[in-house]
Amino acid sequence: MVGVEGSYNDKVIRQFAVMTVVWGVVGMLVGVIIAAQLYWPGLDFDLPWLSYGRLRPLHTNAVIFAFGGSALFATSLYTVQRTCHVRLLSDKLASFIFWGWQLVIVAAAITLPLGLTQGKEYAELEWPIDILITIVWVAYAVLFFGTIAKRKVKHIYVANWFYGAYIITIALLHVVNNLAIPAGWFKSYSIYSGSVDAMVQWWYGHNAVGFFLTTAFLGMMYYFVPKQAGRPIYSYRLSIVHFWALIAVYMWAGPHHLQYTALPDWAQSLGMVFSLVLLAPSWGGAINGILTLSGVWYKLRTDPILKFLIVSLSFYMMSTFEGPMMSIKTVNSLSHYTDWTIGHVHSGALGWVAMISIGSIYAMLPRLLNLPKMYSIKLIDTHFWLHTIGLVVYIASMWIAGVTQGLMWRATDPENGTLVYSFVEALNATKPYYLFRLGGGLIVLSGMLVMGWNVFKTFRLAAASTAPQPLLPPDAADARA
Amino acid sequence: MTSAWTWYVVSLAVLNLLGCVWLLRANTRRKPTDPKPDETGHVWDGDLTEYNKPLPRWWINLFYITIFFAVGYLVWYGVGSLKGYGHWSSKSEWALETAAEDARLDDTLKLYAGKPIDVLAKDPAAVSIGRAIFINRCAACHGSTGKGAIGFPDLTDDIWHWGGTPNRILDTIQNGRQAVMPAWAPTLVAQGGPTAVDDTIAYVLSLSKPKQPLDAAAERGEKLFATICVACHGPQGKGNQVVGAPDLTDSYWLYGNSLASLHKTLNEGRQGVMPAWKPVLGDTRTRLLGAYVWTLSPHKEPPPAGAVIAE
Repeated sequence: MVGVEGSYNDKVIRQFAVMTVVWGVVGMLVGVIIAAQLYWPGLDFDLPWLSYGRLRPLHTNAVIFAFGGSALFATSLYTVQRTCHVRLLSDKLASFIFWGWQLVIVAAAITLPLGLTQGKEYAELEWPIDILITIVWVAYAVLFFGTIAKRKVKHIYVANWFYGAYIITIALLHVVNNLAIPAGWFKSYSIYSGSVDAMVQWWYGHNAVGFFLTTAFLGMMYYFVPKQAGRPIYSYRLSIVHFWALIAVYMWAGPHHLQYTALPDWAQSLGMVFSLVLLAPSWGGAINGILTLSGVWYKLRTDPILKFLIVSLSFYMMSTFEGPMMSIKTVNSLSHYTDWTIGHVHSGALGWVAMISIGSIYAMLPRLLNLPKMYSIKLIDTHFWLHTIGLVVYIASMWIAGVTQGLMWRATDPENGTLVYSFVEALNATKPYYLFRLGGGLIVLSGMLVMGWNVFKTFRLAAASTAPQPLLPPDAADARA
Repeated sequence: MTSAWTWYVVSLAVLNLLGCVWLLRANTRRKPTDPKPDETGHVWDGDLTEYNKPLPRWWINLFYITIFFAVGYLVWYGVGSLKGYGHWSSKSEWALETAAEDARLDDTLKLYAGKPIDVLAKDPAAVSIGRAIFINRCAACHGSTGKGAIGFPDLTDDIWHWGGTPNRILDTIQNGRQAVMPAWAPTLVAQGGPTAVDDTIAYVLSLSKPKQPLDAAAERGEKLFATICVACHGPQGKGNQVVGAPDLTDSYWLYGNSLASLHKTLNEGRQGVMPAWKPVLGDTRTRLLGAYVWTLSPHKEPPPAGAVIAE
């Protein structure tokens, strides 16, 4: 018989899973609003709280830290329990992390529209919220590594290496980048200045992409892809090589955000070449995931969850090819400051991060609720097509807009060397694509609403089945005393 | 950058790249003790297992190629205080590109050197270069179409605060202008009592509606105008292009004609600034710019009677 001692803590997982969907809808809705503002600037109604400059960080924080963050908390705490064959270290700590993180998100949703910001991209939140994040994050590290420490199997499953690397690195990045001198409760000054500030900011910014949005989601991939495909992971040794190479090389790539700026030439060179070296380690993870499907490709015909997971890996490969290319100085001189960058970010964020999260939530939720499957498989398929089509429209329009802007900004008259176009002319040329982008975003958002409905109905089906699930004993050969 | 820091950075970079090479070499070949490729050793969560298949060859090669490229690139372009073999710097590249463009530009510009702007305005090639300069330099304030904005004059009408002759326009572009409307409210109140600012505004507004009779406030304002404003705007309010004082009798209002805006003008004054472009663009390009500006304006209206016209 199993008592409370012998079951998984799935309550915190269910909470984070639901909030993943809620914050996904909210974050993407804010994205749609600011996309509409770029086409119809009057949509801020002359209210400072609705101005683009304040809503844009709200959108990025909501999708990265609220939507992506909740998905990572949910899946990492699920994976660590299942692959360590043990309950979380502490239920109270788990509960603290859930409510602490929601408080951070709500604080962000209040302070950002009020215009309270440190002015650092993806690190806008002011110092009291930064301290709260630090406390929650340390609790998360204690919970995660404490659970690993009391695991019942000898070997630590590969997904947990990735989650572990992400938890440690985000702590380091967050603390170093946010060091500041407070000047009142809502204002602080960074201890860095000039190009050092820029370098620290983009060391943080790019590693937030590298560790929050890549390494951690690879952890998700390493659990849910083999689980959903019912196949062994393609190669253990490939996972070793690409894990160590990825976490070592990512640290250097930040300066590619500062090509042709006041940063010294050599630092720009290092940022560029290490971004290129990053291509193979990035692809290593994608290859390992995609080749895991060898022999069961036919499952893609019937399983939309697997479609989400595999297409997310395709977008991951595409973005991690595009990223190193964009870091090359010659390419960067065309792409930087244009909407190409926005397209690149969204192929990573909506293609890789969102699709792997959505697929994993669909895979995990029935298991959390003792159900054989989600309320409707058909609606998952609908969501898959809405998401994919919306995403492709979004990325394609931003590619065209970005390359158009880059070419128009640099066009010079061959006769006399003067610039051919004014800024406004380039803006006019890209305006139609802003409408396409808005359309793509709306389609993606409608997919999230379909997911919300499906999740709601699944919970209704499961009204009585949130009974604790007993711990699965480890395989005898792998058991640890 | 000191050489100690340079070597610190170089050693870290080399260590990291060597680490990648070691990782690849150590895992490319299977050691006899390793599990076979199709063997699935450990089991987690009931059914999670791993093969140990070899790394794809093309992937290993891709990895090596990027590492070799990285080393080659850094040797050619340098790290820290170590200069690269290519002797490249962004500063030197900028200098080379600028020199090449300037040489090309000199060739183009010598055709137009020293010519008056109304003459250049008849040459479509000159106007086209002028337009390119305008949309990149002037459009930020005067708008892409030259229609101006609040505080920034419309260049498409025939109203010129500093004079609309070819030489005056060129002078404005080349050397800039600093317009000063002082904050007259305290002086006005001292002379005309608490309603003085409103009275003056009433009179100023009446100047562009000559057919309507003056009301009591405007009549009081007329007296104040005659003692203070007259110095720059003239007895009839027709302005003075020598000091950039706008004509108050026309329908054009640089800062708008709302009561709030006129109050602000009298209470806080106005400081309009046109930057000097000759130091930035040189003589010939400012002339080409002037040629384009000349084409924007109809040049029809004769100057208003009573105004001080600058030349």
